[in-house]
Amino acid sequence: MSSVKAPLQKKSELPHGTRFSSTSVLAGNDVISFPDYPAEIRAPAGTLEGVSSFDLSFSSSEIYTTADYLEVLVAMNPAALKANIKDLEKGGILILNSDSFAENDLRKAKYKENPLETGELNEYRVVQIPITKLTLKAVEETGLSHRDGARCKNFFALGVVKWLFVRPLEQTQDWIEEKFKRPEIAKANSLALQAGYNYAITVELFHARYHVPAAVLPSGEYRQITGSQALALGCVAASCRSGLSLLYASYPITPASDILHELAQYKNFGVKTIQAEDEIAAISSSIGSAFGGALAVTGTSGPGLDLKSEAIGYAVMTELPVVVLNVQRGGPSTGLPTKAEQTDLLAAMYGRHGEAPVPVLAASTPGDCFYMVLEAFRLALKYMTPVIVLSDGGLANASEPWKIPDENQLPDLTPSFHTDPENFSPYQRNQQTLARNWAIPGTPGLEHRLGGLEKDSITGEISYEPENHERMVLLRDEKIKRIKNDLPPLEVIGPGKNKLLVVSWGSVYGSVFSAIEELQAERYPVSMLHLRHLNPFQQNLAKILNNFDKILVPEMNLGQLSRLLRAEFLVDTISFSKLQGRPFLISEIRSKVLELLGSK
Amino acid sequence: MNIPVKPLSSVPLTKADFVSDQTVRWCPGCGDYSILANVQKIMPELNIPKENIVFVSGIGCSSRFPYYMDTYGLHTLHGRAPAFATGLKVARPDLNVWLVTGDGDGLSIGGNQLLHMLRRNLDVNVLLFNNRIYGLTKGQYSPTSEQGKVTKSTPFGSPDMPLNPMLFALSAGATFIARTFDVDAKGMQEIFKEAAKHKGTSFVEIYQNCNIFNDGTFAPIYERSVREERILRLKHGEPFIFGKNRNKGIRLNGLKPEVVELGNGTNENDLLKHDQYSKDSTLANLLSSFDFPAFPVPMGVLRQVRNSIYGEIIEQQIKTQLEEKGEGKLTDLLRGTHVWTN
Ligand SMILES: Cc1ncc(C[n+]2csc(CCOP(=O)(O)OP(=O)(O)O)c2C)c(N)n1
Ligand code: SF4
Ligand SMILES: [Mg+2]
Repeated sequence: MSSVKAPLQKKSELPHGTRFSSTSVLAGNDVISFPDYPAEIRAPAGTLEGVSSFDLSFSSSEIYTTADYLEVLVAMNPAALKANIKDLEKGGILILNSDSFAENDLRKAKYKENPLETGELNEYRVVQIPITKLTLKAVEETGLSHRDGARCKNFFALGVVKWLFVRPLEQTQDWIEEKFKRPEIAKANSLALQAGYNYAITVELFHARYHVPAAVLPSGEYRQITGSQALALGCVAASCRSGLSLLYASYPITPASDILHELAQYKNFGVKTIQAEDEIAAISSSIGSAFGGALAVTGTSGPGLDLKSEAIGYAVMTELPVVVLNVQRGGPSTGLPTKAEQTDLLAAMYGRHGEAPVPVLAASTPGDCFYMVLEAFRLALKYMTPVIVLSDGGLANASEPWKIPDENQLPDLTPSFHTDPENFSPYQRNQQTLARNWAIPGTPGLEHRLGGLEKDSITGEISYEPENHERMVLLRDEKIKRIKNDLPPLEVIGPGKNKLLVVSWGSVYGSVFSAIEELQAERYPVSMLHLRHLNPFQQNLAKILNNFDKILVPEMNLGQLSRLLRAEFLVDTISFSKLQGRPFLISEIRSKVLELLGSK
Repeated sequence: MNIPVKPLSSVPLTKADFVSDQTVRWCPGCGDYSILANVQKIMPELNIPKENIVFVSGIGCSSRFPYYMDTYGLHTLHGRAPAFATGLKVARPDLNVWLVTGDGDGLSIGGNQLLHMLRRNLDVNVLLFNNRIYGLTKGQYSPTSEQGKVTKSTPFGSPDMPLNPMLFALSAGATFIARTFDVDAKGMQEIFKEAAKHKGTSFVEIYQNCNIFNDGTFAPIYERSVREERILRLKHGEPFIFGKNRNKGIRLNGLKPEVVELGNGTNENDLLKHDQYSKDSTLANLLSSFDFPAFPVPMGVLRQVRNSIYGEIIEQQIKTQLEEKGEGKLTDLLRGTHVWTN
């Protein structure tokens, strides 16, 4: 269920709230709304008493009341903000009209300091839009007065919200034509509506609902965290726990840019960020920094992952530790930049020429992004390899309550640089992990050259020798396979032997977990297994899969994990796809499970 | 960071200290040999412990260079050496970083990376081996090949206009641009040392003969018998004079440069003078666009100015933030601004 609140200034402007609910009804969503406008219809605009608002909730399933919290709040001025902010859920979208946050506006709303500067809005996803200016610009051609033109700004805001919730504009436009007798007013409102909608497209506002299962939270201290924040914090934590300074190089791309925005702030943690000229440069800089002994990471989304593939292969060949964060979005090509998909799994696994195995991890919840990054660095440093972490647009922007970890409980990632010149070769390996020596510039006596040409398995010098190449291909492969021995066993949620197993990965976790919990409570013979390690798979996966009659794999792709499981374990998995840029609904998982159990 | 304690390796070093144990695999007679020898020759004079030196290269014959230097080295991806070097230098400002690239590597596939490294003024030294051909892939034309060039991929002549590396670098904001050539040992050594001293990106174009796929491409310019007539040796503060008998000069006629004979009423005072350190780039632009055979080819440092340096700004921002906020505490960061107890 989604809920939006668009505070209004005057009763005369109320119809746009009504409008939104009626389009929602037409779009097949349940809507409940509670108009909430002040008794004093003429209370001065911009003051706390003068705030009126309209609340709407919509949902694709039955709803019984408006949501307890708002997901989106549109505040046209500081007063509207003050009056309604308490209802906005943490991590919710706060759309502010940045044209009305001048000193005078703040005073009218009794703000002593500008809330945009005090940090009090940090828990929300603040989107500042100069709504008045943009509206005036949009309605310019109608020749309306400044005053009348500015009154269209609510329709601008409605346009933005409509885009966020994928609502059509047509009905509202028809309604505007009917409602406003003066054609130029009708035209202006319609233009403003369209302009708001277009604005949201252009700046790639992001809104995908991520389902957070309503589990009982263990006691402890909590904060709200988005997936992007968690990825960034994971990087900083890895830097603190490894003693290496972090270098994050990236080229802006929705929905991964927020990681760069976050990390760019943490200079006092010694974090260095490079906004590179393209994704190829970004990963190349990261690998260059890894050669220098930094904690190297780069982040991107689909199109950028494609561009990084040659360099990922290079990191495989040179065996340098670098973490690649890929926040998946709808593809191929530019696709759906602001929508979530899980369509990059096979690209992460195989999207390089040559035999270039790379560990692949996937985060399941916004908070889990933090732990997946730490795990990625642990593996990268321990096995001297690039590691890909998959998140998605849903996780990146969604937020959830997150139990604050104890710094000292986080894994110790201190690497051991090789410093002994005695018989040194950069390709000597740890016999257990098969990781090669990491010797960094500045170390006397260990001067050596790395490159993408095949290396002699012993000396590390260029070698075109056929048997050596085969040996090296097998070695690189074996090194990644051995990571298996270093992973905890998987745990099945529910009975370990059952009729049906639902296997999930990534953000599908939320809806699958909720559905399975319900179904198990109703005593259906279904279990769940969630994978965070996609390459290599955990040791006991094969055994688990053999204990079920049927295996269902719901994914936001055409069955990529399903295909991997079939190929590796020869099991007859049943793929369940959804590719609408939206997560599965609990009900969709539920019906599919019931269908497979023959109960429907 | 966890950099090992560094006992300085024995400085002074000798040329031999910079020769690696790898067999050099360029074609016999390739111009790359003498460039390598002259780089190795000047390295000891830099007085930098060799463990603090890194050679980064892209892909191409020229980019094999790091394997032959007994320093740290990174032979990277085709065209991407500037980006690798950027990450390395930003992470490790203490290192002395050299970048070796070719006309194809640096100006074709890696044009974007080179452009942005120059724009940022990363503190590295770039050696661009210009042989006007793709050597490693066996002889296709390159972005510096002359229009009409017949190669395997252009049997009827290349349709492309060539790129001028000096003008490219200059418009990207390069703070040090210089040109030298592979048979001029003395000239190369001087330029390499100047480049090493410069703070910011030093961009050196080296005319290099590929005797297999583009033999003699620069012979009309630098062949010993004609050389002094066809190159202009630059020296800061000195007038543009060339010719075996130092009887020719370059002066400005309105906005146009022209070659003049000295004598007959024309003397040194009428000529343009080199101002290597001029902030204004007009002269450097003029010099960079001297096209053979209408003009002699300028050799030496065309321009050298100071500007802010990418890595240094990053270091400074870290310093300022540390002063303002104190060293970051992970626990505080993890807690964020709003914590509640469940
Ligand atoms: C991505 C990629 N594309 C193409 C190549 C093939 N390739 C290697 S070197 C080269 C051209 C090198 O020319 P240049 O930089 O002038 O170097 P030279 O060999 O002349 O010194 C090409 C096209 C490659 N290695 N990688
Ligand atoms: S092909 Fe040309 S550039 Fe390459 S090594 Fe041979 S001579 Fe030198
Ligand atoms: Mg070349």
